[in-house]
Order: sequence, then structure tokens, then C-alpha cells
Amino acid sequence: MFGDFVPLFLMIALALGLALTLLAAAAYIGPSRPSETKTMPYESGMDPVGSAHERYSVKFYLVAMIFIVFDVEVVFMWPWAASFHSFVESGAGLGVIAVLSLFTFILLVGLLYDVKKGGLDFEQ
Amino acid sequence: MDLSTAFPTLVTDLPAAFSMSVVGLVGLAMIVLDAFRNDHPAIPWLGVAALGVSAAWEATHLGAPQSTVFFETLRTGGFVAFINLIILLTGLATILLSVPYLNQLRYDYGEVYALIMFSTVGMIMLGSANNMVSIFLGLETMSVCLYVLTGFIREDEGAVESALKYFLLGAFSTGFFLYGIALMYGATGTMALPAMAAAELGTLSTRLLFWGGFALFLVGFFFKVSAAPFHMWTPDVYQGAPTPLTGYMSTATKAAAFAALILVLVHAVPGGEWQLSVAAVAVLTMVIGNVMALAQTNVKRLLAYSSIAHAGYVLVGLSAGTSAGYAGALFYLLVYAVMNIGAFGVMSMLEWDGKEGREQTLSSLAGIANDRPVLGSTMGIFMLSLIGFPPLGGFAGKYFVFAPAVDAGLTWLVVIGVLMSALSAYYYLRVVYVFWMQSADDVEATDPVRAAAFPRATVAATGTLVVCAVALVVLGVFFGGVLETTLGFFESTAMATAP
Amino acid sequence: MTSADLLRLVLLLPLAGAVLNGVAPLFLKHLRTRETLLGTIGTAVVAIPFVLTVYLFVTFGGDPIVADYFTWMAAGDLDLSFAYRVDQLSLLMTLVVTGVGGVIHLYSIGYMHGDDGYWRFFAYLNLFIFAMLNLVLANNLPVLFLGWEGVGLCSYLLIGFWYTDLRNSAAANKAFIVNRVGDVAFLVAMFLVFRELGSLSFDVLLAEGPNLPEATLNWIVFLLFVGATGKSAQIPLFVWLPDAMAGPTPVSALIHAATMVTSGLYLLARLSALVLGAPVVMMIVAIVGAATALMAATIAVAQDDIKRVLAYSTVSQLGYMFMAAGVGAFFVAIFHVVTHAFFKACLFLGAGSVIHGMEEVEHGLEEQGRDPSDFDPQDMRTMGGLAEYMPATRTTYLLATLAISGIPLTAGFFSKDEILFKAFEYGYDGSTYAMAVWVVGILTAVLTAFYMMRSYVLTFEGEPRWPLSDQLAPHESPSTMTGALWTLGLLSLVGGFIGLPAVVQGGDWNWIHHYLGAKYGGPVAEASVQGHVPLALEWGLILLSSVIALGTVYYAWRVYLTQGLGYDAALKRRLRGVYQTWTDKYYWDEFYNEVVVDSLINGVARKGLAAFDTTVVDGAVNGVADTAQNASGLLRRVQTGLVQNYALALTVGAALLIGLMLYGV
Repeated sequence: MFGDFVPLFLMIALALGLALTLLAAAAYIGPSRPSETKTMPYESGMDPVGSAHERYSVKFYLVAMIFIVFDVEVVFMWPWAASFHSFVESGAGLGVIAVLSLFTFILLVGLLYDVKKGGLDFEQ
Repeated sequence: MDLSTAFPTLVTDLPAAFSMSVVGLVGLAMIVLDAFRNDHPAIPWLGVAALGVSAAWEATHLGAPQSTVFFETLRTGGFVAFINLIILLTGLATILLSVPYLNQLRYDYGEVYALIMFSTVGMIMLGSANNMVSIFLGLETMSVCLYVLTGFIREDEGAVESALKYFLLGAFSTGFFLYGIALMYGATGTMALPAMAAAELGTLSTRLLFWGGFALFLVGFFFKVSAAPFHMWTPDVYQGAPTPLTGYMSTATKAAAFAALILVLVHAVPGGEWQLSVAAVAVLTMVIGNVMALAQTNVKRLLAYSSIAHAGYVLVGLSAGTSAGYAGALFYLLVYAVMNIGAFGVMSMLEWDGKEGREQTLSSLAGIANDRPVLGSTMGIFMLSLIGFPPLGGFAGKYFVFAPAVDAGLTWLVVIGVLMSALSAYYYLRVVYVFWMQSADDVEATDPVRAAAFPRATVAATGTLVVCAVALVVLGVFFGGVLETTLGFFESTAMATAP
Repeated sequence: MTSADLLRLVLLLPLAGAVLNGVAPLFLKHLRTRETLLGTIGTAVVAIPFVLTVYLFVTFGGDPIVADYFTWMAAGDLDLSFAYRVDQLSLLMTLVVTGVGGVIHLYSIGYMHGDDGYWRFFAYLNLFIFAMLNLVLANNLPVLFLGWEGVGLCSYLLIGFWYTDLRNSAAANKAFIVNRVGDVAFLVAMFLVFRELGSLSFDVLLAEGPNLPEATLNWIVFLLFVGATGKSAQIPLFVWLPDAMAGPTPVSALIHAATMVTSGLYLLARLSALVLGAPVVMMIVAIVGAATALMAATIAVAQDDIKRVLAYSTVSQLGYMFMAAGVGAFFVAIFHVVTHAFFKACLFLGAGSVIHGMEEVEHGLEEQGRDPSDFDPQDMRTMGGLAEYMPATRTTYLLATLAISGIPLTAGFFSKDEILFKAFEYGYDGSTYAMAVWVVGILTAVLTAFYMMRSYVLTFEGEPRWPLSDQLAPHESPSTMTGALWTLGLLSLVGGFIGLPAVVQGGDWNWIHHYLGAKYGGPVAEASVQGHVPLALEWGLILLSSVIALGTVYYAWRVYLTQGLGYDAALKRRLRGVYQTWTDKYYWDEFYNEVVVDSLINGVARKGLAAFDTTVVDGAVNGVADTAQNASGLLRRVQTGLVQNYALALTVGAALLIGLMLYGV
């Protein structure tokens, strides 16, 4: 029973180890010239202190939406592709292709909508 | 594993998903149309056509035998058809009422109607679920669309606030819900509802796991049907959301969620061990809903508390745990959908631009019935029916949820319910009183040009309200056939037993 | 189309008419003045059902047709459906309701011309017909009760039709309230039936009802009879009917002569098998009927308002019908219902035509600059000599008067004589009270012939007595009105031939008996009589009533033609206190005002219960309201509007719910 989880613990140890090693290496090897910008907490490139009502481009969300369209698509396609072969062997190949086509079609409509509403029009 | 029959099964089961497919695909078509022709006026009518066709389809399947489709993930048959009919017709009424309302606000976006369609798809899935996954999928499809619909009037701070509240609390409750499902799965090893009932819960720890999980699962449902103490979001959200969509939220959502709850109670936990918990929530819901409604001055907030109270009445029927109780609850959902969509519909026709956004206080509508007799008289019928005044549908509905509870030995619960509905007469009649008996001179000065700012009631919208009012009278007098139909859903499968 | 489909049309057409006439003009104001359209629709939706009923009547096979349209409610043992029953009795009643009703609708087209509420009037009339059809066609007590209450509602609306006049509203209220008293008894009877039999359907009721214990049966029948006294205006609940004359005249004809007031009789006839099982109650019915007949007839002698005479005459004739029911001759009661519908409707419509003419005089007076406020177009003292101006009205009124007086071979002769004969027969068989009832019946027959002839002569014969009668002249009413009068007048003449007495062909030609009677397969039971009255005696009785009718009619004709109003004065002198009692209607209204309204309601209820009401009831109500409001205020503080508080409440709730759920496991 316990043996089943050995790879998991190995994985955890590896991840922790790598993170700690990298942090330690950076602190030890890298030059340390702190500035205000550099000591700021990391918030995807935004200033985390100050008014929450700051204006920033709506494009930020539109891009995020498109990202989700593709992201979700790929996340769902991955296991599908991985087991596609066994579906074909058990005779359900046509069926799973149809199902995935429907899924892709729905996402495609979303993408189409986003494009037509100017989601990819970065000039404006 | 042999999957060769999977695809043919999917194809043969496809008619069972007729409404879901038609509504969903037309919703997609609406999005595409909107992408090319921004806010095309035909978009709502596409939705009306799709919902109408689907409703007609469901109406012909009211007598269909109960069975499952799509590898036992969804149910089909009379029960599902009945719930779908409520959902689809409510959606239809919502679109008809939304058109003039959104025109007046200049927010007649095509996306709104598409979102209504998608949300409807989620509700249909919820109301026909036979599997925890379908329930979750339906619930989320419905909820995500509703979050957006609540807040799409971006310039109204109240609407945006309520949308955010709804989203945050909705996500929070979904957490409980999912966790509950996970625990129940852990205890039984299955996601399918009937299989859960069949699973052996041998040890005490498994039992605790399962019932603890079920309690968390109920939290998610009670949140969606706004049962106390999970109701706190309701008044804020109902007040902020665009009025016709509030009506939609308060009726179709409840119908779908209660339908799924009934399916779970009947198929997954038929033993009735939950009776006390549900009864306790019912009491709390009826008391809080009715008592809080007494002090409201905003009509939409008042109706929000009223809808909390009515969720309590339905829960009374569910706590009975008998066929008659479930059938009564279904009947009540139908009546409730008709009267509440109507009440919110009237309010959406009477909302006007006050100085601080959309004006909905009761006193601002003093004597309005004399200028708008059709709205005034239909509102009168809706209010009387909400009280449960014979011979309107509300009376029959209350009778058929209360009577089974008495038969199941829950007399104390029914006594509280009857007392509370007597209390409710106070605030419902106040609406009628202000509409008909007062005049604008009786209250503090209101905007003299308000008549110009009302949405222009179209024939379709007025017709919808009149149809609702007439339907309430019909349901109040000729309830026999409908009730027999709903009773049939539970007798044919012999799935409901008294606890 | 099957009979059930036809029946559906018969029932739904009047309802459709009511909705069309009532709802469309409510919203589309320009339709309100389209009198031809409204009147045509209103009349057609009653005339077509009449034709359909005639078809049903002709093709009726003899076995009752039960049409069960749908389940109304099913709760516990109670299984109620909208079921209707077509048999001989309901067919006959439907024919009367739609036939006479149709004629009255036709008449109303002319009578109501120019009234602001024209549309409303036809909507009410149609609704009334619909309710009445529900009453006579129902196959269970609740549907009958629905019709029963429906006609009550419509009569309320129609009596108070000109509601701006306070007196009319008061009359409408009176009718409504008095009828409620009877309705309570009806309801209690219905509860009793359900408790004892577990069903309210006539099939069960008629099959199993007679086997009930006698005490129970007595109570059920008695309570039903009390209900019937309300609708059918018998002592002690008759007081609403004379006041109900405040409504437009066609209403008086429709509701208070031909249809609604007969519903009590219909109820007893429908449940005749039950009534026969309660001989004690039958005695009460007969005595109440006889007393009502005599009392109302005496009052009618002393009235000056033409419609009031007819109203008391109706009460009196209804008393006759109850006499028949009380001696177990239900089919005769229905026979008299039918003939009475013909001649009383004719009389009322004739009176309406007269009033129409006299109102013309009233307008004339106004134009001449005279104050018309003391001129009453319904007062017979200012009529006279109208025969010259209104020949059609006069002839038909005379025909109906002769019929109600029982002049041989008219409709009233056959039905009235049959009632008297049945009472006599029952008495001959050994029942003392029936003999007494027979004597009262004879007396009433004398009075009936007298006061009816009086009203005819005072109205139509002699010299005109209204002011400026040399300048002002009323005119005959339009043809829609006189057409209706002629139809009903002719029916008053020949309608009696459906029930020829037993002396003709040994009773084989008594069609209505063969049609309705239980011993010939019909739905109406009757008391079995052992000893047969000898043929010679029967002839003698017929001769007696013929002589009485002819003699009294001739006497009244002569004295009123020669002395006119002087004879009234002479009567008054001769009878003094008695006559005054008649004029004042035996002080029934005063009695109700003093005893019921003043002592009971104002005295005991208002004073005695006022303290209880203010302290206990109001205290409790206000206390609850205050508590609720306070609780509401407190709870509002919880509703902060902050999303984190909401989430907290949700979490606490979840914890409690888990605790509660696991508590049980």
C-alpha cells in the first residue's frame, strides 16, 4: 500500500528540492542590488499597492478570455488524444471524433464571437 | 472494454436531449448572429421560437415512461418533461418581458438572450440529472450564465455589486457542494444516484462520511433555492439584477434546482433520514422570508424575501417524503413559476428612472393601477395568489404541499407554514393597497414625469402577464388534472416511499 | 358529435358570451355602444344552446347520459369531477332555462336600449344562464352548488345593476345576505352527505341515500330544504324577492320568475328519492309551502306597484310548488315550474313593457315642466286604459293573467289543478296535513285569480289616470319586445297540454308524468298512494276549481271595471287592520330589522362582543403585528450587505446542517 505512493513522495521531494536549490543558488551566485521595483511582491507586473480602482486596458481581459478558449480546448483534448487509439480499437472511433468535433465547434463559436467583437484587434 | 455500441447509443438517445440541443444550438446561432449583426432585433424572437418549439415537444412527452439515457447520466420521461416545460415556458416569458425592458434601458444586447438560452440548457440538464456529475455540470452552466446576466447593466453600480456578490457566494457554496459530492462518492464509490441508494454503508464512519457529505451537498442546493440560512445573497442580488431576469432567476432556477433535489431525494437517499434537517430548514426559511418581507419598502426586495418564503413552502412538501409530497411540490413549482414571473414582469413594466438609478420603491407606485389598469389587475391576481387566496393557483399549491406533510406526521411544520402564510397577507396586500387605493398625493413627492420613463409595454409583454394571470385562475380551479399528472410520475416507478 | 360534445357546447356558449360581452368592451370602449352586436351575441349564445337542447331532447333515449369532463379535485377520499347529467329532468329544466331565457334576452335588446351598461347587462345575463345550466345539469352536489352560488352572484349583480341608486344596492345586498343564510344550510347538508356516504355524486346519493338512518336523512333533507327556502323565496327567507324588483324588468322575469327561484324545487325534485324517505320533513315542506302561498297571495291583493304584485304572486306560486313537493308529487311541482315560467315571464315582461310606456309619460311630464319626482311609472294607481295604447301588451298580459288564474284549458289550469288534486289525493289517503294544505290551496286560488285580475283591470282597462292624460300618451314597445310577449303568451295558453289530468284517458295522456315519473323510468320519484279517488269526485274537483277561477275572475273584473280604485278603498274600509297588515307585508321586514339586525347584531353582537373584539382579538392581532415588525427590524441588522458576513452565515448554517444531519445517523 505504502509502496504505491513512493513515486509521489519522490515527486514532492524533487519539486521542493529544485525550488529550494534554485532560490539558494540565486541568492548565493547573483549580485544583490535591490531597488524599489525589484523588492515589490510579484503580481503579474502590476503595482499591488495603491488604489484598486486603477484603470487598465480592457484588452487584458479579452486576451485572457481567448487564452481560456484555447487553454480549455487543449486541456480537454489531451486525455482524448491519449486514449484515442484504444477507442479506435474498441470500435468507437467515429463516435469520439464526433463528440470532439462538437466540442471544438462550440469553442470555435466562442472564438468567432471574440474575434468579431474585436478581441484580437489590438490597435484600438 | 467494448465501446462499439457507444456511438449508436448516443445517436438513439439523442431525441431525449431534444430541448437541450435545440435551445443550446439556437443559443449558439444567436451568438454568431450577434457577432455579425450587432444586437439584431430578431435575436430574441429566435429564442422565443426555439423555446416555444421545445416546450411543445416537452408537452407531448408528459405521459412518457420514466427511463434513463446517455449511459444513465440523464433521466427522461414525464417528470423531466414537466420540469422542462416549466423551465422553457418561464424562459419564454422572460424573453418576451425582457424585450421592452431592455429597450427602455438601452441595454438590448443580443448576448443577453443567448445567455438566457445557455442558462436554460444548464437548468434542463439539472432537472433531468441522474448522476452527480450531470447535476454539477447543469448547476454550473446555469449559474455562470446567471452571474453574467445579473451584472450586465455595467453602468448601474447596484447591478455590478450584486453580480459580484452572487458570483463570490455562488463559488463559495459550490465549494461545499463539490466537497459534499466527493464525500458521498468516497462513501459509496459511485456518482450515479440510484447506485448511491443501493450502496452498502456498513461502518459508522462510512455512514458519517456519507451523511456529512449529503449535508454539504444540501448546502449547495439550499443556496441555489435560497433557503435560510443560505439565503443572504437573495435580496441583494434580486434587487440589483435586471427585473425580468430576476423573475427568471427566482422561478426557473428554483424549478430546476428543486427538481434535481427531488430526484436526489427520491433516487439517492430514499430512506428519509434527512427529514428532520429539511424540515428544520423549511421552518427557518418560512419564518425568515416572511418576517423580513414585512419591513421592505423596495418591491423587488420584498419579492425576494417572498421567494425565500415560498422556497420554504416547497421544502415543507419535500419533508413529507411521500409521493403526494413530491407531486405537490412539483405542482407548487409550476404555480409559483407562473405567479412570480408575473409579479416580476409587472414590476419590470413599472420600473422607471429615478434620480438614483432604477426606481422600485413601493411608495413611488402609489395609485399606479388607475393609470395602468391591466398591470394593476394582473398584479392584484399575482399578489392574491402568492398569499394563497382561493380560488387562485397559490391556494391549491399550498394545499397540496401542506396536506402531505400533515399525512406524514409533520403537523407542527404545517402549523408554522400556515401561520407564516397568514402573516404574508400583510405585505402582499400592502402592494395591492398602494397600487389601487393610494394616490400619488398620499406619499412623498414623486417624479411627475415618471409615466414617460416606464418601459413601453408591448402587446407580447402585456399578453404574457394576462396569460399568467388567467393561468393562475385556471390552475386554482382545475388543478385536478395537473396534480394527477404529477402524482403519476412518482407512482409509476414506485420510487417514493414514506420515511 | 356525441351528446357529450353537444352538452359541452350548451354549457360553454353562454360562458363564451359572458366573456365576450363582459371583457372585450371593458377594454375596447368603443364596443360598448354597439348595441346590435352585443345584443345579437348575447341572444345567440342562449338561442343556439336551446336548439341543441331541443335536439338532445328529441334524440334522448331514456337512459341518463353522464358526461364526465375532467377531474376537478382529488384529495383523500374526495374525488370530484366536472360531471354533468342529462336525463329527463335536467333536459326539461334546460329547455325552460334556455328557451324562456332566450326569449328574455331577445326582449332585453329593446328594453335596455340606450342604457350605459348595455354590455354589462348582457354579460351578466349570459353568465346567469351559464350558472343556471350548471345548476340543472350537474351530476354532483358541488357542481350544483357552484351553479347555485353562481346564480346567486349574478342575481346580486343584476338586482344592483343600476347601482348608483342606493336603494338598488341595498336590495342587492339584501338578496345576497338572505340567500347566504340558506346557503349555509345547503353546505352543512353537503358535509353531512359526504360524511355519511363518502361521495357527493348523485348516482351514489340516490342509490344509497334512502338507506341512511332516518334521523340523518331527516337532517339532510331538512337542511337542503332550508337551502331551498332561500333560493326559492319561502317563509322565512322570502323577504329578498319583492325587493329584488329593483333590477331591470327582464331580470325580474329571468331570475325571479322563470329560473333561479325554481332551483330549490329542482333540488328537491332531483333528490326526490331522498325526500320521500323523510316524511316528517315533507310535512314541513308542505306546510311552509301552503303558508307561504296564502300569505304572499294576501299581500299581493294590497299592493299598488305592478311589479310588487307580480313578485308576491311569484312567492305565492312557489309556495304552491312546495305544496306539491310536500305531498310527494314532485313531477307536478316541476310541471308547475314549467307553466309558471311561461306565464310569469310573460307577465313580468308585459309589466316591463307597461313601465317602458309609463316612463315615456314621465319624460313627457318633465318636458311639460311638471315635477316628475312624485310620479312612479310602476304604480298601477296612475295607469288605467292602457289597452288603447298598448294592444299587444294588453292581449298577452290578459292571456297570462287568465292562465295564472286557472281559467280552464290554459296552462295554469292544468298544473294548478294537478297540484290541488295531488294534495287532495294524499289527504284522501289519510294524511290530515295534506287535506289542510288542499284547503289553503283552494283559498289561495281564489286570491290569485282576484289580485291578478285586479292588476290587469287597473292597468289596462278604464280611463287613463296619469296627469295630463289628454296630452301624453305611451306607445307600444318595439317588435323585439312584443315578439317575446306573444311567444310567452301563446305558451301560457297551450303549455298545459303536456300534463293532462287523470280524468282524461285515465292519466295516460299526462305526458310530463310519463316522462319524468320514476315508475315510467324517469328520474323523479313520487309518493305512492293507496286509495284512489273515485272518478266522479275527481271530476267534481276539476269543476270546483273551474268554477272558482271563472267566478273570481268575473267578480274581480266587474268590481274593478265599475269601481276602479274605489273598490280598493272599500276593501280597506271593510277589512281595516287586516288590510293594513297585508299592505305592510305582515311586518316581516320590521321583524327582521328589530329582532335580527337591531337586537342580535347591533345589540348582542356589537355591544357584547365589542369589548372582546377590541381587547382580545385586536390585541392579539396588533401584538402579533408589532412582534413581527420588531423581529423584522432586528433581523434586518443581520442583513448587512457585506459579502463576508453572508459567507459567514453560510458557513455557520452548513455546520449546523451537518450537525443536525449526523445527529440522526
